[in-house]
Amino acid sequence: MNITLDINGKATTASIEPRLTLLDFLRDVAGLKGTHAGCEHGVCGACTVLLDGDAVRSCLVLAAQAEGSHITTIEAVDGADRQPGELSIIQDAFCETHGLQCGYCTPGMVLAAKTLLQHTPAPSREDVREAISGNICRCTGYVQIVDAIMLAAERLQGRNQPADGA
Amino acid sequence: MKAAPFDYIRPDTLDDACACLASHPDARIIAGGQSLVPMLAMRLARPSLVIDIAHIDGLSAIRDDGDALVIGTMVRQAAALSDPLIATHLPLLAKALTHVGHPPTRSRGTVGGSLVHADPSAEIPLVAVALGACLRMRDSDGDIDFDAADFFIGPMLTLIPPTACLYEIRFPKPKAAYVGTGFHEIATRRSDYALAAAGAHIEADAHGRVQDIRLAIGGVSDFPQRLPIDLPTDLAKSKSSLAAAIDTALDTVDFVEDMHASASYRRRVVAELAGRAISDALNEITAGLA
Repeated sequence: MNITLDINGKATTASIEPRLTLLDFLRDVAGLKGTHAGCEHGVCGACTVLLDGDAVRSCLVLAAQAEGSHITTIEAVDGADRQPGELSIIQDAFCETHGLQCGYCTPGMVLAAKTLLQHTPAPSREDVREAISGNICRCTGYVQIVDAIMLAAERLQGRNQPADGA
Repeated sequence: MKAAPFDYIRPDTLDDACACLASHPDARIIAGGQSLVPMLAMRLARPSLVIDIAHIDGLSAIRDDGDALVIGTMVRQAAALSDPLIATHLPLLAKALTHVGHPPTRSRGTVGGSLVHADPSAEIPLVAVALGACLRMRDSDGDIDFDAADFFIGPMLTLIPPTACLYEIRFPKPKAAYVGTGFHEIATRRSDYALAAAGAHIEADAHGRVQDIRLAIGGVSDFPQRLPIDLPTDLAKSKSSLAAAIDTALDTVDFVEDMHASASYRRRVVAELAGRAISDALNEITAGLA
């Protein structure tokens, strides 16, 4: 079947088998390898993307089901107006707080965080834990990931300034 | 973890979906896909045709029908969780929904899909059984109604005819002056499959006399089930005789055992959770009276 998906604001058309997941469409058809394939049955959260602004597991959505929706992947986590290689506020916070080690879960964590901060700009640590409860990380022990999202929340509320005021 | 090949169709009407089901005996309906897609990926399900009902008008609505709150089968769990009608009229469902999966599965998973999938540890079926919901489905001959109490017959097994499609769930609205609810579950990790879960919905009259106690448990046997609980109508006496009443009711349950928990552990845990759920509900009524 022929489908057209809106991925990061760009229409991508392809002839696919109905069994193709959104995850495989993103990685193998659209060539966007930032969305990571982990368990491929909805347990780990590595493949999290935004579908019409809400975090979903792309391995649990058939590409055909996503037709007509807007998909956002880690490649466009902060819109298209940044320079290539420049990090978004959420990504920057993950670096600063050491919220990643191997990085495999990180795209999913960042997108789960983005959904949370859109709906809840000033979350509690418990809100953050709930938002990433479906994302498994085997490196960090989660504490620094929660730190990262709390830091990003603070900066996104307009306090994105160095601590010394310089 | 790749599904076997299947055909995919996206009908515009419920009757078209039913016609597809009638002509393809091994077809499967996909709603949110949060249970079906993993089953396809692991090839536990190998339908020749997948029928996507997401584009059928009217299946995603929640409406107040006077005596009942009617929830369309395609209502996403996240939408149900933030719905003011559900928060007002079905507080037990609102509490249970916070335990259903994770935010990214709730944004796709549907109320109807969870009911038809019938996982023994799922929260929405437990609430449907507790509240005596009516599951309304359609096949090519017309509408069929099932009482949730009779609908679940085993793990992932229900009475739904192979040619029928669930399209709405009718939850009776509470009529009493005061309503109290409680929901508790234990899982190995937050939002994982419940090893034991209990939900209570209690109605009391204007004087605080208990009129109706609806307790259901899940995760401990082959399907969610309602437990008959006999308590005095007096609130204070109800609290003191609670543990014995729950213990008696649990004698009728056939507890399951697996690698995660023994049958005796499940019985002990669900007794505690049921006690907490009923206590929460009674405390809400007491707070309402104050």
